[in-house]
Parts: sequence; structure tokens; C-alpha cells
Amino acid sequence: MRRLLLACALIVSALPAFAVQPDEILKDPALEARARALSIELRCLVCQSQSIDDSDATIARDLRILVRERLEAGDTDEQVKAFLVDRYGEYVLLKPRFTWHTALLWGAPPALLILGGGLAFGLFRRRRSAPATGLTRDEEARVEALLARDD
Amino acid sequence: MIVELGHYALVLALVLALVGGTVPFFGALRGDERLMSVASTTAVAQFVFLALSFAALTYAYVASDFSVQNVAENSHSLKPLLYKVTGVWGNHEGSMLLWVLILALFGALVALFSENLPLKLKALVLSVQAWIGVAFLLFILVSSNPFLRLDPAPFEGRDLNPLLQDIGLAIHPPLLYLGYVGCSISFAFAIAALIDGRIDAAWARWVRPWTLTAWCFLTLGISMGSYWAYYELGWGGWWFWDPVENSSFMPWLAATALLHSAIVMEKREALKIWTILLAILTFSLSLLGTFLVRSGVLTSVHAFATDPTRGIFILIILCVFVGGAFALFATRAGTLSQGGLFAPISREGALVLNNLLLTAACATVLVGTLYPLALEALTGEKISVGAPFFDMTFGPMMVPLIIAVPFGPFLAWKRGDIVAAGQRLLFAFGAAMAAVIIGLALMGTPAALALFGVALAIWLMVGSLSEIAFRIKLGRASLGESWRRGAGLPRSAWGTAVAHFGLGVTVLGVVAATAWNSETIVTLKPGEVMSIGDRTLTMDGFVPLSASNYTGTGVRFTVREGGNVVATMEPEKRLYTVPNTPTTEAAIKTFGFSQLYVSLGDVSADGATVVRVYWKTLVTLIWLGTLVMTAGGVLSLSDRRLRVGAPKPSRRSVAVPAE
Repeated sequence: MRRLLLACALIVSALPAFAVQPDEILKDPALEARARALSIELRCLVCQSQSIDDSDATIARDLRILVRERLEAGDTDEQVKAFLVDRYGEYVLLKPRFTWHTALLWGAPPALLILGGGLAFGLFRRRRSAPATGLTRDEEARVEALLARDD
Repeated sequence: MIVELGHYALVLALVLALVGGTVPFFGALRGDERLMSVASTTAVAQFVFLALSFAALTYAYVASDFSVQNVAENSHSLKPLLYKVTGVWGNHEGSMLLWVLILALFGALVALFSENLPLKLKALVLSVQAWIGVAFLLFILVSSNPFLRLDPAPFEGRDLNPLLQDIGLAIHPPLLYLGYVGCSISFAFAIAALIDGRIDAAWARWVRPWTLTAWCFLTLGISMGSYWAYYELGWGGWWFWDPVENSSFMPWLAATALLHSAIVMEKREALKIWTILLAILTFSLSLLGTFLVRSGVLTSVHAFATDPTRGIFILIILCVFVGGAFALFATRAGTLSQGGLFAPISREGALVLNNLLLTAACATVLVGTLYPLALEALTGEKISVGAPFFDMTFGPMMVPLIIAVPFGPFLAWKRGDIVAAGQRLLFAFGAAMAAVIIGLALMGTPAALALFGVALAIWLMVGSLSEIAFRIKLGRASLGESWRRGAGLPRSAWGTAVAHFGLGVTVLGVVAATAWNSETIVTLKPGEVMSIGDRTLTMDGFVPLSASNYTGTGVRFTVREGGNVVATMEPEKRLYTVPNTPTTEAAIKTFGFSQLYVSLGDVSADGATVVRVYWKTLVTLIWLGTLVMTAGGVLSLSDRRLRVGAPKPSRRSVAVPAE
């Protein structure tokens, strides 16, 4: 089921590039570490589900260089992301920003857990309040009558 | 001629599926035993004809019969024999044929190996299975027929994507399909139970071996695919949260939940409705996965089926089966009787927690996978939901699950004692804490998060074994006594412990390979040396390569540790002749459980080569853990109570505490 990635790699491997080239690496290790961390969250626009950090595509290389240029120019991580979103749209972010368009996406996991937890809790409560004998009221009355007759 | 016979066998299989879906079904409704007993015959015959059909297509591939369109598009006469055979399912039409073949295989297995199943239930199960067969056989014959001829026939084929010419393609799709499609059996059992209106512990016992078998194959299939991507794609990633991967991971999560809830149903007759729902959900997710991968809806280059009619066809199948199943569920579920009562702190309670977390995690993956598609369809806005999203949402849900797993087997049914369970797990807790303290002393606070992960893995591994140690009185009785007790434990108890242990192994591999992965990217010329960790790599020189369908260059490296040669490695760059495609082949050497991974980049005219070298700490544990999990599944499958045709256990063996 990797065909998607394989095919992407296939297409881009024909191009003369390779994920993170030696000449791209910044001299300042702190800045380079930030560049790598940012790259993991940015999408290679021509690939499926690959970050620019992993991708061999030319556009990924261009984006990696762009990220490093912005960082060297003194941008914060958020400014770099905003710069790329302006140019390429929200699609470039592998971790979508929280907006009302993505509220359902980000809200779903906790909501599902709370809902599921609530249902399970409700199950236990309902079970506990159910009569332990499993008899209906009529049946219980008959049992009591029968027991009373024995006395 | 053979190809036409294959085509004809495919049509006959459809006819048999139609008969198998109707005659036994009406037999079951009317209580007619003669009609019901048709089911087994048609199920086996349907499998035989599909096997013939598949063999005919394989023959066309092996004989390089390019008058068959499918062969001409996906094969080449110079391709090695193995890849001619695997090429049968390396394309849309052939892989759909494999899909129905495996569906029919499971139907035939149910027909042949369940003599103790009530005739009515068996007839209903097999007719549901036959309906699924009808739908997919129609799909193949109408829109994805692999037997269509070409006139005039080309002299040579267009070949298979070189990246798919790998042993991975031989193993991964069949395993995955055995898992994926195997889930259809528990679905068929659920639908049969809803139609029949009867469901009890025996039902859970009949379904369990099939679910377990499918789960084992699915586990192996996903793991195999992960390792394939790891060595083939050349940057050492092993999981990408890609929609196609998620398509197989969602049924796995649901099937894992189903395995656990079916235990509750079998032992305590509780959670019946929920178990039925999970059985339906698991196969629905398999169908959804088939739709996502086969329809091309993911708008990816990989999708073989770009023709929208196929997508719509599968979508209709999906809607009919999933919609029909849920409608039946909604009308019938209320008639199913409630099962045994239990307190929140109990074995049942622990399994409910397991199900809650697994289904919530599964739903998270589902939402993350479908959200970009839905948003684009509704608003036209394109967003990406990638690995960072899943790491942030799926990851935290796994933490409480891992913490809870070792407690489960220590809790009694109905009402458990969590304090006593905690006391019995003190050793596991101590082992996890010791790892954290030693780790902090060696690596300091920056490693705290990774060490927390390691602690979880050790807790899981030691905790799973603690249960066995407790039950065989290890250290509290003589070794002989412990051995005797161990041999007397039901296989399913061993299976549980082994599978949970395997999960711990995988978690350890994931944590270590993520946290302690080092990477060096350099440009080397022959004779130059680079170092990674305690090892050095010397680039010795170039080695020319040639094979029947590619040429290429290998680069030989000598790996030294403290001056001693420990390995030689030879990553390659290949150029496939048809189609003209370059690929890179990484070289991997295993040291203990860790791996050294070398792949090549560009080579310039003066011989300077870009080399990426990774050290992946304990990375093999990721896949070894899944093998251990599968072994746990197989152990559990060999349990006496699940063995096909096994006589009812005697009173005495019932008294052995179960699981």
C-alpha cells in the first residue's frame, strides 16, 4: 500500500535532487535544527503526505532553501509558516492551523473520547440502578406472596 | 484459449455467487435444510472457479501474452519470473481479482471447516459472504476486467513500475488482503446473527478464530508494508500517516477492539450489541479502505484507477453494504438480550476501556484521513492533515491504553481488585522506573520525553509477563511446579501475554528509533572517510551493476568500529531500461537490534557522491514486535477451545481460570 509514496518517489527521483543536500545545511546548528523541525511540518506540494524534509522533489528543495533564508533573515518559526501560507495556501501545512474550518478536525478526537467515555459511564450507571434480581414488579410481588404463604 | 477459460471461470464464479447468495438465504428463512445445504457447495465451487481464473491470468503474465491488455500494460518479457508473477496483483484489475479470490477462500474455509456450526447460521453467513462476492465480481466484470484482449497485440509490454519490482510486492498485498478481506467473515457472522435474531456466547466462540486469523494477517501485512517502505524509499521513514496506510490501519484498530470485546461476549455474554457493531464497523472500514485506494479519490499519482466510474461503483457497493448493515443493526439490535452485569473495575471494565480508546483512536485516524477530502468537496479549500496532526492526537490516546493493558489480565471478571492488581505489577513499575532513572543519569533531562516512552514500553513488556509469572507461581513454588503450571495454562493466556509483550517491543522500537536516530549527510569521494557514532565509513569505490532489466552503479563502503572492519555495505543507484527510470537502493546493516542505513544521492563527474547515513537505534524492534504480536495471535488461535472440531472441554478443564 506504499504505492502512493513509491510513485511519488518514482516521479521525483527522475529529477536531479535529493532530500536535504549537504550544500543546504546552515552553518549555525541552532538555526539548522529549527529549519529541520519546521521542514517536518511543511508539505512537499507535488507529493502525497511527504514533508519537504523527506522529499526528493525540486520544489521541496526550493522550499527548504526558502525556509533557511527566512530563518537567516531573522524570522520566527510562525513568521516562516505565515510566509509560506501566503504563497502556497494552507495546503503547505501538514499540521492544519486551528480555524473555524478545522475546528471539527481538532475537536473530534477529544469530543469522541468524552462522548465514548460518557456512554460507557452511562452504561455502568444504568446497570447499577437496574434491579439486581432481574424480576419485574409483578413477579416480585408474586415471589413475596409465595414467600409469605410459607410462613 | 487459457485466458478465455479464465474469463469464463470468472463469469461462472459470479453465477455461483448469485446462487450461493439466494438459495441458502431463502432456505434459512423458510427453514428448508436442503436449500440451506447448497451454501457449502457453492462457496467451495466459487473458490475453485476463482482460483482457476486467477491461475489463467498468472499464466498470461508468465507466458508474457501481450494480447491481454492488462499484461501488456503491466509486464515485460525481460522481467524476472518472480516479478512477472507478482505483477499479476501489482495493478488495479489483478489486485481486485486477488481481493475476490481471498474473499472466496474465506467462504470456502468456513464451508469446509465448521461442521459444528448450526446449519442455519452457516447458510446465512455463507450467503452474506456470497453477496459481497456478487458485488465485487460484478465490479470486476463491468469496470475492471483483467481478461480483455488487445488487437493488434503489441510486441512488448510496458513493464511494471520499477519500485514495485521488489520482494515486498510479492508478500505485502496478499498478506494485507488476507487480513482486510478476512474481516468479511466476522461481518457475515454479525449480519447472520442480526437476521437470525439470536446471538450468544457460542456465536462469539465461532467468530473468534476467524477474526483472530484476519487480525494476524493484517498485523503482518501492515508491518511488512512498513518495512518495505523503510528500505525502498531511501530515507529511513517507516510510517507516514499516509491515507493509504491509514486505510489499512483503521481496520486493524477496529479488529483489535473487536477481538477484545468478543472475549467479553464469549465469557460473560455482555457487550453483545457493541460486538456486533464492531464487527460491522471493521469490515466497513476495510471496504472504505478499498474505496479510498481503488477509486483514485485521493487524487494521487499512485491510484491505478483514474476512471471515475470505478470509484462510483465501489462507492455504491460501500453504501449498500455499510448502509444495509447499519439499517439492519438499527432495527434488530434492540431485540438482542442484555448480558451479564459487571462493575467498572473488572476485566470487563478494562476491556471496555480498551475498546473506548481503540475506537476513539480509530475514529481520529478516520477523521484525519477524510477531513481534507470532505473540506475540499464542501468548500473547495485544500488543507493537509499529515504526520504532525496524528502524532499530536493519536499518540496521547495510546498512553492511557498502554498504561492500562497490564492491569486487564490481573482483574477478575465482574468485580476486580485494582489494588491487588497494582501490587502484582509493582515489579513491572519498578523496572520502568529503573530505566528512567538510569536513562536520566546517563543522558540528562533532554531525554525525559523519550525515557517516558521507554518506561511505557518496559511497563508493558514486564507487566504482560508478570501475569504469566504470577499464574505459574514463578519464584513462589519450585521450578518444576511452575513449569507444570505453565504447561497447564490455556494457550490463549499465553497468547494474550505474548501479544501484549509484542506491543511493548514495538513501542520500544518506535520510541528509540524516533528519539535516538542520528543522521549525517556528506559529499564523499572514493577513499574518503566519514563517521557516525562510534563507527566510520570509508568509501572504497564504484562497482558497476547490470541485470536483465536495469543497469546501475553500486558504491562500496567499509564500516569500521574502533579500527576493526565490521561490515561492507553497497548502496546502489539503478537505471531501469523499461520504462527509463532511475531508482536508489539503500544498503542496510543490522547491529544488534539497531541498523546502519546508507543511501546514495547525486554522483558528480569527479566521483563526489552525496551520501546519507542514518543510525537507527533499536529500529528492528518495530517490526520484530509485530511478529511477536502475531505469534501471540497464533498461540491464542491454537487454544483448545477454538480448535476446529475440538470436543467440548470437560468439567475439570473448565475449572482452570480462563485467561
